Amino acid sequence: MMQVQKPRLILENGLRTDGRRPDEMRPIKIELGVLKNADGSAIFEMGNTKVLAAVYGPKEMHPRHLALPDRASLRVRYHMTPFSTDERKNPAPSRREIELSKVIREALESTVLTELFPRTVIDVFMEVLQADAGTRLVSLMAASMALADAGIPLRDLIAGVAVGKADGIIVLDLNEPEDMWGEADMPVAMLPSLGQVALLQLNGNMTPEEFRKGLELAQKGINIIYNLQKDALRKKYAEYKEE
Amino acid sequence: MSVTPSNQNIVPFVKKENILAALDRGVRIDGRKLNEYRKLSITLGYAKKAEGSALVKLGDTTVLAGVKLEEEEPFPDTPNQGNLVVNVELLPLAYETFEPGPPDENAIELARVVDRSLRDSKAVDLSKLVIIPGKKIWTAWVDVYVLNYDGNILDACTLASVAALYNTKLPKIEVEGENVRIIREEKTDIIPINYPVVTVTTAKIGNHIIVDPNIDEESIADVKLSISYTRDGRIVGMQKNFSGSLTLQDVDMMENISRSAAQYLLEELKKYLNL
Repeated sequence: MMQVQKPRLILENGLRTDGRRPDEMRPIKIELGVLKNADGSAIFEMGNTKVLAAVYGPKEMHPRHLALPDRASLRVRYHMTPFSTDERKNPAPSRREIELSKVIREALESTVLTELFPRTVIDVFMEVLQADAGTRLVSLMAASMALADAGIPLRDLIAGVAVGKADGIIVLDLNEPEDMWGEADMPVAMLPSLGQVALLQLNGNMTPEEFRKGLELAQKGINIIYNLQKDALRKKYAEYKEE
Repeated sequence: MSVTPSNQNIVPFVKKENILAALDRGVRIDGRKLNEYRKLSITLGYAKKAEGSALVKLGDTTVLAGVKLEEEEPFPDTPNQGNLVVNVELLPLAYETFEPGPPDENAIELARVVDRSLRDSKAVDLSKLVIIPGKKIWTAWVDVYVLNYDGNILDACTLASVAALYNTKLPKIEVEGENVRIIREEKTDIIPINYPVVTVTTAKIGNHIIVDPNIDEESIADVKLSISYTRDGRIVGMQKNFSGSLTLQDVDMMENISRSAAQYLLEELKKYLNL
């Protein structure tokens, strides 16, 4: 039975429904090179959200007339597995998935040095294995790690986290109840060392002051994630070097 | 699957240097200032068979929104709420590169951003769209048709949707026990929207930030940011667009420019809708 009444999102002790502080993120786990066939792949977990991403390419673009003369094209698919949600999700692409595929493609295009591979295509596929809020950003981060794993030149890795408003409080890294019942949800993704925003959306409502406070909080989270991403890459490739 | 577009009109790229040189001098190729919005016009009731409609012209960007009401059963988890569906069609007659067929990713994104602005701001009052609680509700279909493309479709789509909803009056209902009679010929004074919402798009070209990009500016822009506002200055939606990226200072500046442009749009709406 679906819950119709909004639950309390910030409890009396000031903590959230999952016991986190307002500025605390969920635990993160990153695994690289998880698929044999792909040129690059990664599994990215944030709390109970889990996404698998794979990259193929750069390779020749078919049909040829779609190839861009001055840079590589990106072909990006964000998809949720039918068993990733509480109720089975129809596997056919929804309007939401079509929008998010576009938003993620545009974010990736801000970091991939596409001009190095004219007339080619780079395929990026993301499968949401477990959806528990924040799937677009976890997918985007999984994709950026898979691109790095494939050795494709990037301006920077992409790190992202959602900020939102729950019972009037600005919170970092929304969980599912906050996503569903909170007053605002703002996913932010950045190229951290360049200080560039690659993805920015907002639904719900915020005052301009809350918006700026949210952006600041997101940046804090992004810097923490960025270090974990670099550690994951170093771990895989540094171990290889020592052998 | 989302693919980097390859069917872009290359003419604006040829003009890129001229556009940038003009921006360096603080003017735009159509004579506007960097933070100047285009003139707009709204014609209410343009499509008479719709329950409400509005034709919006923003420069030469022309969009027509029509609202149709259909009786339906409510969703089980929201028995006391009507339903809102926004759809945007980029008609092939509106521009050279628009193709016929089901809505593509651009049309879907536009529709979803407009939908979120109307819904999250609580501007559209879904509780007003109830005929019999738990049994019968109205679904308000807002269909937005882009007739001519001259840049910044999104802002025009939000304006047209809001205006068409203000132009919509719910039909008269007579309830006798279990039976309801809907008299479509007679209208009540109830409209499905509480207050206006506007969307303002700014774009970054080179190092310049401009508001309400025209078609040439939009074609060469690195990145766009669209922000929706209510009258009390709340942000009720945001969407970054295109492959470029923004510094945090850009975002800050774009929000400031957008917030003042939103005041202009809200004043215009007030004039046309007699708010």
